[in-house]
Amino acid sequence: QLFFSYFKDLVGQEVTVELKNDLAIRGTLHSVDQYLNIKLENTRVVDQDKYPHMLSVRNCFIRGSVVRYVQLPPDGVDVDLLHDAARREARGG
Amino acid sequence: MPTKCSMKLLLNYLCNLFRSFNCSMATTTGLESLVDQIISVITNDGRNIVGVLKGFDQATNIILDESHERVFSTKEGVQQHVLGLYIIRGDNIGVIGELDEELDASLDFSKLRAHPLKPVVH
Repeated sequence: QLFFSYFKDLVGQEVTVELKNDLAIRGTLHSVDQYLNIKLENTRVVDQDKYPHMLSVRNCFIRGSVVRYVQLPPDGVDVDLLHDAARREARGG
Repeated sequence: MPTKCSMKLLLNYLCNLFRSFNCSMATTTGLESLVDQIISVITNDGRNIVGVLKGFDQATNIILDESHERVFSTKEGVQQHVLGLYIIRGDNIGVIGELDEELDASLDFSKLRAHPLKPVVH
């Protein structure tokens, strides 16, 4: 639930989602859900020549289970706040 | 051998079923906005399947109509295998993209060369 809330706050930011099949998609975070499925708008694949498969896709839904990393803008993160929240979650859970 | 009529019935029944299940959470990304649109699905085994989204559920199982698979290779242009009406299990789905038909029409598939997508490794 912590990361769900965290991602909800990040809606509107530009992120790059790296998938477990090595595909990397850049786009604006449109929405997220309880499974951490991600909807991105204005998408473009990072290495378009290598992966032309999504050339005509501008908005996409990414299933949470295939995400390896979500790369965030460095100033989009309050690391200390996140750190504290995670510590509290770990203690309480 | 299922008749065309019974396939239509199945399609309707499943669409209604899926819609009635998808009404819980306040924040659902939901594929509702993509229903009846042409979408491009990337499956966990690295396949790219294009079709019209007819229904879905919370597990991301989807019903795809008029579907065809796009096979990319490094040697020849993209091949398209026509599939028809498909149910794809959510477990096997990676990405669902909204296909922009104009952009898609402007692509010359016979010239496109690419390595096939890698399968998803957990």
